[in-house]
Amino acid sequence: MAEIVEKTEKKSRVPMPEQEPKVRARNFLEVPTGYTVKMAQEEAERCLQCKKPGCVTGCPVGVDIPGFIDLIAQGDMSGAIRNLWSKNALPAVCGRVCPQEIQCEGKCIVGKKDAPVAIGNLERFCADYEREHGTGDLPPKQPPTGKKVAVVGSGPSGLTVAGDLITKGHDVTILEAFHKPGGVLVYGIPEFRLPKAIVAQEVNFLERLGVNVECNAVVGRTVSLDELFEQGFDAIYVGVGAGLPKFMNLAGENLVGILSANEYLTRANLMKAYKYPDVDTPIPKGKNVVVLGAGNVAMDSARTAMRLGAESVKIVYRRSREEMPARGAEIHHAEEEGIELFLLTNPTRYLGNEKGRLTGMECLRMELGEPDDSGRRRPVAIKGSEFQIECDLCIVAVGSGANPLLTSETPDMRLNKWGYVITDPATGKTTKKGVWAGGDIVTGAATVILAMGAGRQAADSIHTYLNLGW
Amino acid sequence: MFKIVRREEMTGGTVILNEIEAPLIAKKARPGQFVILKANEDGERIPLTMADTDSEKGTITIIYMVVGKSTALFKELQVGDAYQDVIGPLGKATHLEKVGKVICVGGGTGVAVLHPITRGLKEVGNDVTCIIGARNKDLLILEDEMRKASNDLRICTDDGSYGHHGFVTQVMQEILKAGDVKLVVAIGPVPMMKAVSKITKDFNVPTMVSLNPIMVDGTGMCGGCRVTIGGETKFACVDGPEFDGHQVDYDELIMRLQAYQEEERECHKKFCTIRDAK
Repeated sequence: MAEIVEKTEKKSRVPMPEQEPKVRARNFLEVPTGYTVKMAQEEAERCLQCKKPGCVTGCPVGVDIPGFIDLIAQGDMSGAIRNLWSKNALPAVCGRVCPQEIQCEGKCIVGKKDAPVAIGNLERFCADYEREHGTGDLPPKQPPTGKKVAVVGSGPSGLTVAGDLITKGHDVTILEAFHKPGGVLVYGIPEFRLPKAIVAQEVNFLERLGVNVECNAVVGRTVSLDELFEQGFDAIYVGVGAGLPKFMNLAGENLVGILSANEYLTRANLMKAYKYPDVDTPIPKGKNVVVLGAGNVAMDSARTAMRLGAESVKIVYRRSREEMPARGAEIHHAEEEGIELFLLTNPTRYLGNEKGRLTGMECLRMELGEPDDSGRRRPVAIKGSEFQIECDLCIVAVGSGANPLLTSETPDMRLNKWGYVITDPATGKTTKKGVWAGGDIVTGAATVILAMGAGRQAADSIHTYLNLGW
Repeated sequence: MFKIVRREEMTGGTVILNEIEAPLIAKKARPGQFVILKANEDGERIPLTMADTDSEKGTITIIYMVVGKSTALFKELQVGDAYQDVIGPLGKATHLEKVGKVICVGGGTGVAVLHPITRGLKEVGNDVTCIIGARNKDLLILEDEMRKASNDLRICTDDGSYGHHGFVTQVMQEILKAGDVKLVVAIGPVPMMKAVSKITKDFNVPTMVSLNPIMVDGTGMCGGCRVTIGGETKFACVDGPEFDGHQVDYDELIMRLQAYQEEERECHKKFCTIRDAK
């Protein structure tokens, strides 16, 4: 006990080195540059190695957090990454994009009195260290089972399922609708937050393990689930994401200059439009940009707009700062980069010119009333508080719904009233035999790690099915 | 990779035909559906409605007009070269039903899109009159194919160099006046579809148009292709590409199609300068 007290008193959290806000706000390089070995070991020393670690209970995939941190402290980086891989196929991704403050780090005992152990930073360190210095050795694989599994969608849940099942000896094929694998990790999350080379490396790791990756395969159009069974697949995992952009249904929404965050980020990230005209896909470069919404996607959109040279970028959100759903680090980074927050503000209509282009929007000031169904205080409009914001680009980042492309072609897979796939919460089984689903197409838009947790669970259930039956 | 097995230059090289190996798409595709093509790693995703498919050979045919950098890049691809990515079939297929007398109106490269639809409508037993138009005789495409696909083919040129001297709408109006037309299908430049729809509305004849707005993924994910149909927003990629011509907000579509006009002009100019220097 005495030793523990001494540790917590002596060492404060090792800050993550980052690019300067003014510099990074105009480039697409990754913002945090990563711990050095020395920093990582210093931070690892802060872990109390609790007997009953709260952090592990806060992790949707149950990573042995004290275990891998202890290995870093001992200088066994190879052991640390192998420990991580046993529970998490994508540590380089999770270390960067997980909402640690409400998961592992939120439950860290050190965090009760001081800043919690930087678990995310350490996870990222392990993955990056392995990439740069590792042996490239593959984890062991079970002997081939002769069973074939199709994974529809190559986002975080699909990659997790593929990784789990290939090591269990099954023959795994990933079908991706886009021309490049990675799902939201590639089209959604920007380069400055998750370099695409890292995603490509994670996918390549799976390919080296033997996973087949087929791009340009739109399941529901190019091929149906039943046709996949006819082709000889024994089980199918559906992890297609939410993928239907929500708009505000305001007057003027189809003016040129109003894009869904999905479109804006897909152009910027998947199509690399920030390099236009060196690549062929254009992206609107707004001078005065408004982003509607306050989640991670909104922050990503706002920070992308800034990097594309905007003079001003405003986040317009109808609730207050406390209710903003984005990761704390993203809000902090956005503000540092000069993005303004227009809180308690709700747009009422878009304004355009005779060419059908956006010139501004009208908004209302809001105040917080009684709590609503979500438990958050309901924003109420203040009468007569209308005002106008000048803007030539508006990115709508108010959430996603369920994309019906696959589900509408699969009538025997039941959906809930919002169009999401109904599954057994313990296994991920759908109502269609041999088909599992997980990630945003089940839960609605959520986080990378929750999708991975669902994938892990489904992979276990698929493995059981392939051995024992439905 | 998706190999080009046949390539034709039409109208003096401004319109190109590519027959492409894509067996999975060819097997599934129905008239009215489209594909998205991407020439190379840094290429743009370009949606094009298929002009033909051959499920036995495993090929699809596209016909496009060279208008910007991406299509100029497509034009450079020769027989034996390949598109890096072809995605499809996307969009809803045309509803092919026997209704009686049908007019199919095509302008520009819209004629290519109209081709499988015309053939399909004839195959299910309709009496199909086809009207195709171009600015002059040299810009007319698929005359023989359209003659074969329909029961009666009428040709119009703006300058009178071939067929009827004037617009497709004038010929269509004459046929509508004779009565009994149950359906009009119009595919071509937006102003043409708008003009056709305006006339057919007066005659109260159901009209179907195929729209080709700007899109990225083609699977309903980005919403870039939103069009206003009867006051409601629809996504052309999944709700279309075909819509009730009387309900389309054509003026909005025209403005949305010009979203990247300036950027594209610059990009194309740069491409041509580099290409011509080589």
